[in-house]
Amino acid sequence: MASNSNSSERQRIAQQRLRVITGHLLKREDPVADSGVTGTHCKAEAAGSNEAKKGTVPKKRQEIMKWNGWGYSDSKFLFNKKGQAEFTGKRYRLSGMILPSLKDWFENTFGANVKQHKSPATPSLNASALPAPNLNDAFLQDLKATGIPFSHEADDRVFRAHGHCLHEIFALREGRGFQRVPDMVTWPSCHNDVVKIVELACKHNVCVIPFGGGTSVTGALECPPEETRCIVSLDTSQMNRILWIDEKNLVARVEAGIIGQDLERLLNEGGYCTGHEPDSMEFSSLGGWVATRASGMKKNIYGNIEDLVVNIKVVTPRGVMEKSCQGPRMSTGPDIHHFILGSEGTLGVVTEVTMKIRPIPEYQKYGSVVFPNFEAGVACLREVARQRCAPASIRLMDNEQFQFGHALKPQVSSIFTNFVEGLKKFYITKFKGFDTNQLCVATLLFEGDRDKVLQHEKQVYDIAAKFGGLAAGEDNGQRGYILTFVIAYLRDLGLEYYVVAESFETSVPWDRVLDLCRNVKERIVRECKERGVQFQPLTSCRVTQTYDAGACIYFYFAFNYRGLAEPVHTYEQVERAARDEILANGGSLSHHHGVGKLRKEWMKESVSNVGLGMLRSVKDYVDPDNIFGNRNLL
Amino acid sequence: MTTCEDPSSCRPEQGVEFVDILEERRQGSDIGHALRTFSPSPHRGYQTVSASGLNKMVLESQYLRYVTQEVAMDTGESVDLVREEASGIIEEMSQNLQLGFIRMLGFALSKVFKRLFSHINVNPDGLNRLQQAIQESPVILMPNHRSYVDFLVLSYILFTYDLPIPVIAAGIPLMDMKMIGEIFRRSGAFFIRRSIGTDKLYWAVLSEYVKTIVKTRYAPLEFYVEGLRSRTLKSLTPKLGMMHMVLEPFFKGEVFDTLLMPISISYDRVLEESLLAHELLGVPKPKETTMGLLKARRVLEEDYGSMHVYFGTPLSVRKLSQGRVDRCQYNLIPRDLPQRPSAETQVCVNWLAQLVIRVQEGGMVLSPWSLIACLLLQDLQESHAAGTDLVKGLALDLLTQRTVWLKELALHFGARLDWPELLPDHQVMSSSMALHQSVIGYNQGCVVLLEEEGYMGAGHTKGEESVFRRAGPVLMVAAYRNQALHVFVRPAMLAVAVHATSSSRREDIYIYFRFLLDLFSNEFVFITDRFYQDFEESCSSLRECGAIQTNQQEVTSTEEGQRTMSFLRALLQPFIDTYQVVFSHLCEEGIEVFTEKQMVPALRSLATKLLLSGQLRSYETLSSDTQKNVLSTLLRLGAVTRLRAAEQSEYRVHRPAIRRLADTLACRLPPPLVQTVPDPRL
Repeated sequence: MASNSNSSERQRIAQQRLRVITGHLLKREDPVADSGVTGTHCKAEAAGSNEAKKGTVPKKRQEIMKWNGWGYSDSKFLFNKKGQAEFTGKRYRLSGMILPSLKDWFENTFGANVKQHKSPATPSLNASALPAPNLNDAFLQDLKATGIPFSHEADDRVFRAHGHCLHEIFALREGRGFQRVPDMVTWPSCHNDVVKIVELACKHNVCVIPFGGGTSVTGALECPPEETRCIVSLDTSQMNRILWIDEKNLVARVEAGIIGQDLERLLNEGGYCTGHEPDSMEFSSLGGWVATRASGMKKNIYGNIEDLVVNIKVVTPRGVMEKSCQGPRMSTGPDIHHFILGSEGTLGVVTEVTMKIRPIPEYQKYGSVVFPNFEAGVACLREVARQRCAPASIRLMDNEQFQFGHALKPQVSSIFTNFVEGLKKFYITKFKGFDTNQLCVATLLFEGDRDKVLQHEKQVYDIAAKFGGLAAGEDNGQRGYILTFVIAYLRDLGLEYYVVAESFETSVPWDRVLDLCRNVKERIVRECKERGVQFQPLTSCRVTQTYDAGACIYFYFAFNYRGLAEPVHTYEQVERAARDEILANGGSLSHHHGVGKLRKEWMKESVSNVGLGMLRSVKDYVDPDNIFGNRNLL
Repeated sequence: MTTCEDPSSCRPEQGVEFVDILEERRQGSDIGHALRTFSPSPHRGYQTVSASGLNKMVLESQYLRYVTQEVAMDTGESVDLVREEASGIIEEMSQNLQLGFIRMLGFALSKVFKRLFSHINVNPDGLNRLQQAIQESPVILMPNHRSYVDFLVLSYILFTYDLPIPVIAAGIPLMDMKMIGEIFRRSGAFFIRRSIGTDKLYWAVLSEYVKTIVKTRYAPLEFYVEGLRSRTLKSLTPKLGMMHMVLEPFFKGEVFDTLLMPISISYDRVLEESLLAHELLGVPKPKETTMGLLKARRVLEEDYGSMHVYFGTPLSVRKLSQGRVDRCQYNLIPRDLPQRPSAETQVCVNWLAQLVIRVQEGGMVLSPWSLIACLLLQDLQESHAAGTDLVKGLALDLLTQRTVWLKELALHFGARLDWPELLPDHQVMSSSMALHQSVIGYNQGCVVLLEEEGYMGAGHTKGEESVFRRAGPVLMVAAYRNQALHVFVRPAMLAVAVHATSSSRREDIYIYFRFLLDLFSNEFVFITDRFYQDFEESCSSLRECGAIQTNQQEVTSTEEGQRTMSFLRALLQPFIDTYQVVFSHLCEEGIEVFTEKQMVPALRSLATKLLLSGQLRSYETLSSDTQKNVLSTLLRLGAVTRLRAAEQSEYRVHRPAIRRLADTLACRLPPPLVQTVPDPRL
């Protein structure tokens, strides 16, 4: 029964999403045309059936997305006049809902006061404060000749000057802007456009910074302040077609600028999916996934990006690099794809990718398990990994995140009523003996054919029971996944009330998971105290992916910065300390966020001198003039 | 929580409030105290483990599994058999802390302490710091060890202050005492064999046991970083085995931090004083038996004055080891795998241990008697030299006047003194000396050192016997002087260096100073990497009291500083003498290879001969403790080498190296320019 409601629910969501997206498409005119941007459409190389489809992302992104925060302009959390939290817009499940517990949780957790202590953002971009673009006239002339659209308007440039690191968003909100922004933006619409742009950039010695979804949280999109050449932001958003689908081999050729939600939607129409669902999939792009070694929530079934790609086409200053066949595995020396996977835009632009696709699973079911404490939960996940029976997704949230999730309980809604009722009962009956300040919850997502899912589910719940885990319902599980989609919106809410927040991640061997989580959280608390943070910080973590030999840990960290002169500086010091702590506890520099500029300083100790030298020599060969000059990674 | 950034240079906080915990006991009921509600707040977020649960965790640990397999491979025994052995070891070792026994002990100790001591003074602010520390991190209680009394006094104090009762690392001999062993076990003691040597399995069980206590925050762990009870009342160089075990969980990331709590226990008078002196003179220590303890009841009838227990500021291992130990070193190997600590870890652990001892020393409370002891011994050395009769002694007025002078100097050097300011000086003197009538007496207004009565054993000539009669009390008094040595030792080294160096160049003096610190670093605890800082601090201390003048290039002694400088030099003279006697003995022809058992009696007769002939003035040369320290020093400096690691180590003498040391110490040779590397061995 639950499954029926679940699949109908899924259909409903899918339809809603589709509606929203269609809405965008209908509303969308060609905004770029008015602003003097010229362009002609690229002729598709392949006779793809999806040629006519348009992506969600317009050239002028700021028309539907916030210029100084996360996501769509119409969707945000706010405290209404009654002091209740609500989420605006219509796009999400939480949209239009009142969240009665959020205010208390927010005020109690951070010592914030939503009535008295506000830190509003600068309302709009001060374009006049932006330095005039440093244009390379010769390049511009040649580019014009190609007919590829471009712009050097302030808001276009600023939008592509940043990702979503705290310091970046904070600077935008403060109206301070950035030391260096791109001098112009260009929108190629196919591989050949990119080839032309890169050739011209080499010819005229112009710096190119590829820009995909713009969701980087490593400072990877920041322009190096010392860059004196003209910086061109190469926006891939218009390269968003599925070129073909090969149903015999279950692969699809896709242009790298496509964003996750469009890719899934378009494949779904044909009954397929990639199964690659990073938390940022609403906005992040295929090329970005390749360039940062992205990881999806359901990697247990579908694999991470490196497992999904079969072929990568990349335009470098030396020319185009691509493998000559689509053999599923090769022994031809080191895999050249791995020079590109994680190259973070330092070597070239990924233009097209052939990636695996799968039929949409017949059946999908959420689930959750409550554990008396985090230790028991980790032991259970470890056992699940040992038995290699992890569901599509299994995540273990610590107590702080569990409570956070509860603060997002909507007032009344048909979907959630059950849950609330269920929970009450749950508290009375099963929670006996569980300390609500200790317990933690694992959220599960099963996929596959119905019988197998149910069988699999039983297996996992049986293991959980051995570690004191109690099944806690589907809705409770689903809520956990919703949290990850709205968390970035919540940061914007925090910023309105003196609360800064960020997330970071690592991967670590199983035996060190508990030690690492405890030590990193403790380190954050102490560093905050030592650096004069007046309020107890929120530190929370979850085991978000499991592997045979270890796990991926995701941390949230937030604090009320009232009374601090330089909150971002303080924040950065604490994050640095946290990263040092992670490394000292055997954690990796990054599991899927990447290095960017934020974590460059640790690269040498992470991969050794020789390792770094190898990477450098590739860069030196591929891009001797540092055309792709974003200075990430190395 | 406040932790000192550089604890080694921290002067003890001034104006510490001490509270006498016996006062309440004298007014209230002991049984009430023993049966009071005892509910120390547990560490947050940690589940309580039972004593047997702890043992089980140890036996089932991955680390022991590795070692068990290794041992089985090495010995050819079956894994099960080895596991049983391990289980036997833990049985023998483990504590079984029970609150009932703590209560019983609390009752008994209230009675005993009240009889023995007039006061047991503790600093409540330190206990507050401890309380807070226990909430934050695993806490290691690190007291100095001067008397059997310290063994349970901390548990008693912690019980009184509603703090968790510690588990205590104790030597096996204690366990073998009937009843007492069991009582101690149930009071939280766990027992460690004295010579573990190469017993891999034993070592593994012990270290896993200790690490598990730290990791689970089972209880505060108490151990003596000096390893042994100091027979000389002087700090001993740290033993690092336990220290490594205690710190490993932090280095491996298994705990966020570990807090080391230095605790300084000071006695006006130590119960074992006469036993100690005899041990040092080679009269063997009686075996620790319950009967022996009962027979020792008569010690209960004497007055031992006050005891001070100063709880210092917890030292954060995390903070202190920052930049010294790279915790990433364990990233590529399973943490459970038996591994020798890296060189940098060993250096850091050694440094931390030295640091703890330095902080312990800083927290000691000196009694006026310690100052008097310094002066009595110096007077003895001078008057003996002048050939005057020992019995003449030192006029009380003169002694009082000198003691008051020395008090000012000690305070200037940062000592913490238990000098009742409200009493007139002569009264302070007389009450201090009253406690020590076993070693001093009065003769016509003079304070004299008593000679020991009784027969010293067969085979001694009359001369030898007279030497020994004097040596006993001298060593006893020397022990009390030793309690004050940490205050003066570094300036004293500087005083010797200034005197010994022909030039007044600062650099030359520093080189000699460094030579001395290095040479004597088995005798006194110096912090290995802070010789230069010690030099600078000693310079400024002596400059401030007018004993020397310094500038960028030069250090010179002043006319008015002669008294201070000669006092300081004389303080070290007995040690320098002893080292020279050992050097000259080992340089004698005919000794190529020797054992410690041969060396000690040979030295004793050489020293006796020299004392009788008047060539030597320091009776302390007879102290086997110092003699053994010289041997360790020579070993460390490579001037002797150990031939076999058998039960009886044999040593080979390298005469030129020893001669070089002797000549440098006697200023016949300039000190070497290269600094020797500290021995990082466990």
